[in-house]
Amino acid sequence: MIGIGILSGMAVTLRNFVGSYFEKDRLITVQYPEERETLPENYRNFPFLVYDTDDAAAGLRCVACKICEKECPPQCIYIVKSDDKKPDYMGKLQLYPKVFDIDISVCMSCQICVEVCPFEAIKMDKVFELSCRERFDTLLMRKEELSKSNIYYHKIHPVEAAEVDANLAAAAEAKKKKA
Amino acid sequence: MNMSSRAERSVVEGPRDGTSPVIPRDPSTALGMTTRLDGELLEVSMGPQHPSTHGVFRMNVALDGETVVKLKPVFGYLHRNHEKIGENTSYLGSMPYTDRLDYFCSLTNNWAYALSVEKLAGIEVPERAEYLRIILAELTRLQNHASLLGFLLSDMGAWGTPLMYAFREREKILDLFESLAGSRMMCDYMRFGGCRVDAGPDWIGRAKKVLDAFPRFLDEFEKLLVSNEIVIARTQHIGKLTADLAISAGITGPMLRASGVNYDLRKVDGYGFYPRFKFRVPLGDHGDTYDRLMMRVLEMRESIEILKQAFEQIPAGPVMNPKVKLRSFRPPVGEAYGRIEGPKGELGFYLISDGSSNPYRYRVRPPSFINLTILEDLCLGHTVADVMVILGSVDIVMGEVDR
Repeated sequence: MIGIGILSGMAVTLRNFVGSYFEKDRLITVQYPEERETLPENYRNFPFLVYDTDDAAAGLRCVACKICEKECPPQCIYIVKSDDKKPDYMGKLQLYPKVFDIDISVCMSCQICVEVCPFEAIKMDKVFELSCRERFDTLLMRKEELSKSNIYYHKIHPVEAAEVDANLAAAAEAKKKKA
Repeated sequence: MNMSSRAERSVVEGPRDGTSPVIPRDPSTALGMTTRLDGELLEVSMGPQHPSTHGVFRMNVALDGETVVKLKPVFGYLHRNHEKIGENTSYLGSMPYTDRLDYFCSLTNNWAYALSVEKLAGIEVPERAEYLRIILAELTRLQNHASLLGFLLSDMGAWGTPLMYAFREREKILDLFESLAGSRMMCDYMRFGGCRVDAGPDWIGRAKKVLDAFPRFLDEFEKLLVSNEIVIARTQHIGKLTADLAISAGITGPMLRASGVNYDLRKVDGYGFYPRFKFRVPLGDHGDTYDRLMMRVLEMRESIEILKQAFEQIPAGPVMNPKVKLRSFRPPVGEAYGRIEGPKGELGFYLISDGSSNPYRYRVRPPSFINLTILEDLCLGHTVADVMVILGSVDIVMGEVDR
């Protein structure tokens, strides 16, 4: 009989309407600024630079090797090497980035800089509330804004950060044995 | 009308013997009422801002009354120079760009590109990574087909409701993608020689839970859609595509199979570990919009079967081939074409290497672009309102059409 199909479809929508008030797995709306969901461990959006000690300038792991600048697909990283060397967190003399800029209006969050970095110096951040009223300078992250501590890295990616720390400690141990 | 029997009848295995019934139709009856008395044609430019053109697609349609007599697709509004960018970045650097081709199914795009580079350089993929790829590709197929059905019904005038039901299910799958790959749509997950990160046991548990809940959505959606008289009137015998035309125009994917041609790259090519899986290839009878619609529902049911087997069989082990160096990756001189059965059809990447770190030629075979080429043949003789429905059933994403 004509019309039966429409009526059975209406029954489905009615059941869904009622269910949206009572079914537990349906009540999924999060009242965003007041309530927040925890982001998954692997979530990524923009890169940041990791430093180890309390001093952001002295403890920066980055040695300005420019690999990430070269590999970045949209070319959003700009690095100027330092003229002098200074000791890094392990006491070895290294170059450091005089300028390290990331234009996050160009960055496409692909994580390739993280994958190619041999020093575990650049990692992905989870901050996503970055809207601003100005298009250029506020979206160009300077070295000072990008530098974040290893403690912060542990907070946002606990499993990954623990792995990285273990790898770095193993590498340092191996070096000591050689020397 | 008993629709479940029709749904079962549409699934057959193996080639046709040519005895399928053909529904007779007299095209002149559709024209009679609407021909303008002065015989003048009206030219309408639909799009690129039309809400039902799935992005920035434009059609120049010549109308006789309400009947389409000529249709010229215009595209290129979303052109981003994908292929030339691919020739000027490293092999690894092109991987995140492939996400942006068909932004509904970034994981199948990743797989197709990774497959062609693996062919080019002769890289082997660990077993667990192959299973993860199949799991993610089938999840992508589920969410692509679900959202397509929602959009198609929205085009037909079922505002919002089916689309919201479909997006509710898609959301669960996107959450899985987010917790594994870090991003909901721009996953950038696969690498040459494996996958970027491993899926933990809790992820697999969550994915199984999502999968168990999915058939309920399909049943509900079928009840909403299959027996609805309006849907039947709007889709059956509309936009009929014959098997001959489909083959000669290079149509692939669900659209080709809805016309009754048994061609599924998962069976034909047997890439990845698909030969290890038991699944059927749904085939359509008539090749009209209704068949293309039902094809997606049936394919989702088969995808669920594949996923169930994959979760049972998935072995432990590494997900990345340790020999592959992603940084300064240089494949040997040569060329390769890697193709997979994407949710929209055959997605292929053709790469020519001259031994440097960039491909010499990087060519994409986009399924939705090639499936769009026969739009005029499908639409002629139908009304303007049908054009939107037919376009919706082709399943295009402009990011892939324009590249």
